Amino acid sequence: MSAAFVRMETLPPRPAPFAATGITGWFARRLFATPGDIAMTLIGFAAFVLIALPMFRFLVFDAVWTGENRDACLNASGACWPFVAAKFNQFVYGFYPYEELWRPNLVFAIGAVLLIPLLIPSAPLKRLNAILFFGVYPIAGFVLLTGGNLDPQRFVIGRFVRIPESFDIGAIARVIGVDHLDLRSRWGFRGTFWLDFIASAIVLSAAVAVIARLFGTRFTTSLKAMAIVFGALALLIVPVDADFGLRWVETREWGGLLVTLVVAITGIVAALPIGVLLALGRRSQMRLVRWASVAFIEFWRGVPLITVLFFATYMLPLFLPGGANIERLVRALIGVALFSGAYMAEVVRGGLAAVPKHQYESAAALGLGYWKTMYLVVLPQALTSVIPGIVNNFIGLFKDTTLVQIVAILDLLGQVRAAFSDPNWASPTTLYTGFAFAGMIYFVFCFAMSRYSLFLERRAGKSVLRMEAERR
Amino acid sequence: MSDLAAPMDATAVTMAGVNKWFGAFHVLRDIDLTVARKERIVICGPSGSGKSTLIRCINRLEEHQTGRIVVDGIELTSDLRSIDAVRADVGMVFQQFNLFPHLTVLENCTLAQIWVRGRPKAQAEEVAMQYLKRVRIPEQANKYPAQLSGGQQQRVAIARALCMNPKIMLFDEPTSALDPEMIKEVLDTIRSLAEDGMTMLIVTHEMGFARQVADRIIFMDEGQIVEANRPEEFFSNPRHERTKRFLSQIL
Repeated sequence: MSAAFVRMETLPPRPAPFAATGITGWFARRLFATPGDIAMTLIGFAAFVLIALPMFRFLVFDAVWTGENRDACLNASGACWPFVAAKFNQFVYGFYPYEELWRPNLVFAIGAVLLIPLLIPSAPLKRLNAILFFGVYPIAGFVLLTGGNLDPQRFVIGRFVRIPESFDIGAIARVIGVDHLDLRSRWGFRGTFWLDFIASAIVLSAAVAVIARLFGTRFTTSLKAMAIVFGALALLIVPVDADFGLRWVETREWGGLLVTLVVAITGIVAALPIGVLLALGRRSQMRLVRWASVAFIEFWRGVPLITVLFFATYMLPLFLPGGANIERLVRALIGVALFSGAYMAEVVRGGLAAVPKHQYESAAALGLGYWKTMYLVVLPQALTSVIPGIVNNFIGLFKDTTLVQIVAILDLLGQVRAAFSDPNWASPTTLYTGFAFAGMIYFVFCFAMSRYSLFLERRAGKSVLRMEAERR
Repeated sequence: MSDLAAPMDATAVTMAGVNKWFGAFHVLRDIDLTVARKERIVICGPSGSGKSTLIRCINRLEEHQTGRIVVDGIELTSDLRSIDAVRADVGMVFQQFNLFPHLTVLENCTLAQIWVRGRPKAQAEEVAMQYLKRVRIPEQANKYPAQLSGGQQQRVAIARALCMNPKIMLFDEPTSALDPEMIKEVLDTIRSLAEDGMTMLIVTHEMGFARQVADRIIFMDEGQIVEANRPEEFFSNPRHERTKRFLSQIL
């Protein structure tokens, strides 16, 4: 052949060769292709026979399915399911009063109705849905579960000045034109508190406006900001102050899955914003902000969650000023939220580090300021790149909620363990059954989170490819 | 220094005695440069000569340490508000395109319009489509950047900057990251902008293009402006020794 070559015709594409097809081909290729594969196949098969089969036998074939008390399970070699059935309400609600169970049920139902469309990317009205789930639902859930009607006595000024007890809410109602609503006797609003609230709002807003003026902020700007702050506070306080005629249920009576979900969801929902703020703080140009963030993160990461819970429950009341008694479950919730927020901060920081510098530059070149750059450009990319880490944290947190048992709050696992001591159900397999049940519940939740994270990752996969393409 | 602010109408950018250091490295040395409105300036020079740093100082992606920079009548100081005001009016196109990968082409073009200019979404999309047509890729509006070729991405980046109705455009080696067959489509887009009278500062190695569009060519070396001249003169009759050597190497 001579040195010059010119192709005269274009070759058509041909199908790829296949070594083996069909079932036997699959087996040959996947299971028995090499000596190593054969060994692995045998080990896997042995593990299945030795572990999975006996477990299946215990949980299903040898299990007792019906019975009234321990007699049914005394001679069983399998799980004692009637025990779970009998204790089911306790496992789910703890000792929540039976006739009030519609309240947690309603909270579960609303939660599911709001959460499911939130998780489906193509569902409509995302913004409204998010506001309902993150803004309205926590307050509604709080009122439904506790009964609301907190009836606060003092706001800010009331702590320093005595407001006459005789002050009637009707006066305020007349001023804002809602005196037909019967605020005191029907809804339980207290005149002294709301007079205090309004007076405090006016005084504090004026004070802030004056101070801000010294730093060059216009009066109208700061007054608008304060109006938003106090408006939001009022929106928060009104529903928890109002008397809806619900019986007060102390958190001591809550338990089981209800507590597990309350603690886990509060921790999960609070962890992300706290983590994002801390991560941004840690990368801030402002030295004070950076040091404060580092100190906060390292403190919470350096202390075990058990210690945090102990501290929040038993030692915090000693430091707080007299009369400031924060509810036990709330203290645990705050501890869990700050703890998980600090962990989340490090995950988010990893994501922030993965966003190339030129993304900040092109946002800046378009005139976007710091917060808009973060919110619109950097965080969407940073957070999608660390979805596995974020969900990993969520799953860890979900299981860490079992630690609240240490401060005498009975979550699902605590409730299951408490049920073991019931002599009515003492049988050889009660213990294993209870743990198996609790394990399955935890697994369902954690596995669901894990699968959802995979789904999100696959959805963001295009975006990851995009980032790779950009980086080239 | 009163002459800096005075001819505001005719002057787009004024740099007077600008110096900048990266650590101990003196990257810009006594830069004096006045850019008239509608003027098209091409900046060339060997790598490391400070060309990119110079135009990045104009929208303060880099901070200068001494001297004054006045852009469209606003002096660049550490005042954040004046920086954001300048940035909103100065468009920039980068070597690496720097599109936002998590947003579609259309969203890339509307983002700053909505959040900086405060335009309603519908109007922002209308403007975006208008400029996507201008750079001849309206049909790609709903794709993501990674689905486009390099040349298409760079044209989107140009459209994104134009959507803000900038008074000045900065191009930082806009074709250096492109495959050869895509360079022309981007240069054609920039050329059509030039014909419309946009004030432009372009850092590029495309000397043929520079000869066609530039009103003035600036040659930089070691952080200094070595030579500035009309293109015909610059190419046919370079005066500085360093310019002659540079031109002989790249032409």
